[in-house]
Amino acid sequence: MKQELTRSEMDLKELKELLLPMVNSGRTALLPALHAAQELYGWLPEDVAAEIGRQLRVPEADVYGVIDFYSMFYSRPVARNIARVCGDPSCSIAGGLRAVDEACAHLGVKLDEVSGDGEWMVERAPCLGLCEHAPAALVGDRAIGNIDPENPIDWLSTQGDGARSVVGGDIRILTRNCGNGFTTGLKEYMLSGGYSGLRRALGELTPSGVVDEIKASGLVGRGGAAFPTGLKWEGVAKASGETKYVVCNADESEPGTFKDRVLMEDDPHQLLEGMVLAGYAVGAEKGYIYVRGEYPQAVRILNEALGKGRDEGLVGRNIAGSGFDFDIEIRVGAGAYICGEETALFESIEGKRGFPRIKPPFPTTHGLFGRPTAINNVETLCNVPHIIGKGSDAFRKCGTRESPGPKLYCVSGDVDNPGLYEAPFGVTLRYVIEELAGGVVGGKLGSVLLGGAAGAFTTAKSYDVPLTIEDLRSENLSLGSGVLMVFHEGRDVRLVLEGLAHFFADESCGKCYPCQLGTQRQYEIIHRANAGQALSVDRQRLSDVGWTMTDASLCGLGQTAATAVLSALDLWPNLFDTDEDEL
Amino acid sequence: MSEIIKLYIDGRKVEAEAGSTLLEAARSCGAEVPTICYHEHCSSYGLCRLCVVEVEGQRTLAPACVVEIEEGMDVKTQSDRVVRSRRTILEMLDSAVDLSEAPEIVEQLAVYGADRERFSGGTERTPEIIDDNPMFIRDYSQCVLCWRCVQVCAEDAQYAFAINFSGRGYETSITTSYEKSLTESSCVFCGQCVGVCPTGALKPKREWLLEAGTEPSEIMRMTRSERRKKRRRQERPYQVVSSTQEERDDDKR
Ligand SMILES: Cc1cc2nc3c(=O)[nH]c(=O)nc-3n(C[C@H](O)[C@H](O)[C@H](O)COP(=O)(O)O)c2cc1C
Ligand code: SF4
Ligand code: SF4
Ligand code: FES
Ligand code: FES
Repeated sequence: MKQELTRSEMDLKELKELLLPMVNSGRTALLPALHAAQELYGWLPEDVAAEIGRQLRVPEADVYGVIDFYSMFYSRPVARNIARVCGDPSCSIAGGLRAVDEACAHLGVKLDEVSGDGEWMVERAPCLGLCEHAPAALVGDRAIGNIDPENPIDWLSTQGDGARSVVGGDIRILTRNCGNGFTTGLKEYMLSGGYSGLRRALGELTPSGVVDEIKASGLVGRGGAAFPTGLKWEGVAKASGETKYVVCNADESEPGTFKDRVLMEDDPHQLLEGMVLAGYAVGAEKGYIYVRGEYPQAVRILNEALGKGRDEGLVGRNIAGSGFDFDIEIRVGAGAYICGEETALFESIEGKRGFPRIKPPFPTTHGLFGRPTAINNVETLCNVPHIIGKGSDAFRKCGTRESPGPKLYCVSGDVDNPGLYEAPFGVTLRYVIEELAGGVVGGKLGSVLLGGAAGAFTTAKSYDVPLTIEDLRSENLSLGSGVLMVFHEGRDVRLVLEGLAHFFADESCGKCYPCQLGTQRQYEIIHRANAGQALSVDRQRLSDVGWTMTDASLCGLGQTAATAVLSALDLWPNLFDTDEDEL
Repeated sequence: MSEIIKLYIDGRKVEAEAGSTLLEAARSCGAEVPTICYHEHCSSYGLCRLCVVEVEGQRTLAPACVVEIEEGMDVKTQSDRVVRSRRTILEMLDSAVDLSEAPEIVEQLAVYGADRERFSGGTERTPEIIDDNPMFIRDYSQCVLCWRCVQVCAEDAQYAFAINFSGRGYETSITTSYEKSLTESSCVFCGQCVGVCPTGALKPKREWLLEAGTEPSEIMRMTRSERRKKRRRQERPYQVVSSTQEERDDDKR
């Protein structure tokens, strides 16, 4: 067993060799170095961390601070196999928490405890981006969907990859090569029209011509904030400074979201083309794709595609003979939802704890390494080849004037066919749930959590609201990252809220007080109420904690950590009332 | 001479130099804005959010200690939203850590009419006192996570980089690398951290002993660093590093 090795000079020598190519990069290589070292030793012992600090010139206390921030880095010995079982809503209603208990019982361990033989350990994980296969788990490197909660032996020992994407919808633009059960290679991608956007850009358009086309398309970001992409790129292109970056946000950790995983695993070249186009438009020579640590499969696929792209001259030096250079590096996160927040993501690439920065300044002028940076979501970038290849007019043929283009809807929970559905902006909730996802199962529709954990609850009253940015805004709702978590009327909303509150308390970075303290208190109040100890002051306490987080938190995590709770209290004011209140 | 900016604070017209923060502008006209994490000689990271104010037209409240003034801003330093946030932050902080040696924060609790029992029953942060060096003790049950000690230990002053953070969220704590003793860390015992700590979390050891009024030998037994070591030994079943933390500690005894 790895952990039993008494490491000598010899052992650290192996580490030193591993670090050799990283030494010149300094601190930015910290996460890659920690990943590599953990791969080697199974965990991160003190002298290993110290050696990494020495080589990369990072103070030891800082190295430890980074290790302890990310949930997938371990400063203590862990088991050889880690079973991470999702405990977030789509999985928990399907028995995810039960699966955690059963797995622990089967292995004879408590949660997070290493089994006697050092082989196994069970963790309750945040949403693994496998919600269409709920309940889901990540066993070692393997994503396993539809696990049988009662039968841990079965899924703990599964060999195959049981989580192939489920894709549907009535337009297939972004997903035209997705859902086939395999990864689309470069050749197939080109046969389907791939890289014609890049060819057009390099042959016919100036960088500002590309920016103009994106502006004309009306494309807005798909990562949650719906910011106009053309405007962002223009800002970066015009910002002063020679060195600029493009960053693809593939941290996809918003509970209920799995679209980016499907796009990366099924059609990686579409994303690479989008990134190269972004680089050309804003004047960058380097791009990063930051993929969450829970997506090992996507990382493997992207690396392979990147190699292929380089071989074919589509990424790297002198792209397609045009004289334009743009290379891409893949960075892997290590378990931290907050690293999806753009400035926290930069900090993470820079080798630090994922603490969000105060804005302004904004990434367009002060982003990664303090340089102008265009950061975009995976789905946003996947739209780009289509816009440049076929023109902004063609893009605007679907969707509405203010929300043009195709949209990916991540549907999970109590529907007949959970999956990823592509449809224009402007279809209704009813359409997505009833027509695309096969309707509600288990009872009548109770509620929908729209936009993910950071989103809000709604009910059948919103069934016919068009899903566009503008229509939802006027309803005080948001599509967020395109999440529809559906619950039938028999589901206890209070349990769902407890799960969401647990998620935010686990994922708060702790930097600012409202969220550091508020996510914890919010969870405790709901947990106690669900345990039959509700207090008559709970509604007021939840409201004060919620509004304080919303109003006073530093970043979007805290600002939305109470959105679902507050929306539920609006819809069902008596949700947490005690018997006393009813008298 | 730098540019002069005009803005409104609580309805009054105020003029201040461009580049000033809202906090500076507010204080220049006598408006009371409470702070916890802000310190003149440290970088401001906008952590405690006690200084939030309401700026007309903005979705969220603005942390006055870091936000720069802009022409025509209409700022309210005591609106209902501001007061609710300040009171709730204070109540939650009070329920999490021991504020008995932080009189300025306790004063704010009174100013904002905080209910000190409102969140009682929630998990408190009660780590054990760390007594691992001859110079000062660390009682993180009093730590409000203002970051000042980490900052002065690093780029704000000393460049010693002895301390950083462990955990995240509610479980964040200030710590050395692998929680080893300060004597084994890169600490140079400059004492700057003790100087900037706004609570009783960092304290010169002598002061602490005097306050306790106990025989030093007895106090040594009381401090839980001993128990802490034992617990750690139990939690680490594997003897991995040839010379572990515990063994090194044992050697010294
Ligand atoms: C807590 C938090 C988590 C986020 N996670 C993600 C994420 O996983 N993926 C993503 O694209 N954007 C995420 N965002 C939004 C990003 O900050 C940013 O707005 C986005 O990457 C911009 O890309 P876009 O304009 O293409 O949407 C997150 C924001 C917050 C506050
Ligand atoms: S809102 Fe939460 S996640 Fe964001 S900076 Fe504050 S503590 Fe960190
Ligand atoms: S120990 Fe003192 S200075 Fe350091 S973060 Fe805690 S309260 Fe602030
Ligand atoms: S994978 Fe379980 S909720 Fe997303
Ligand atoms: S004083 Fe402004 S955030 Fe703490």
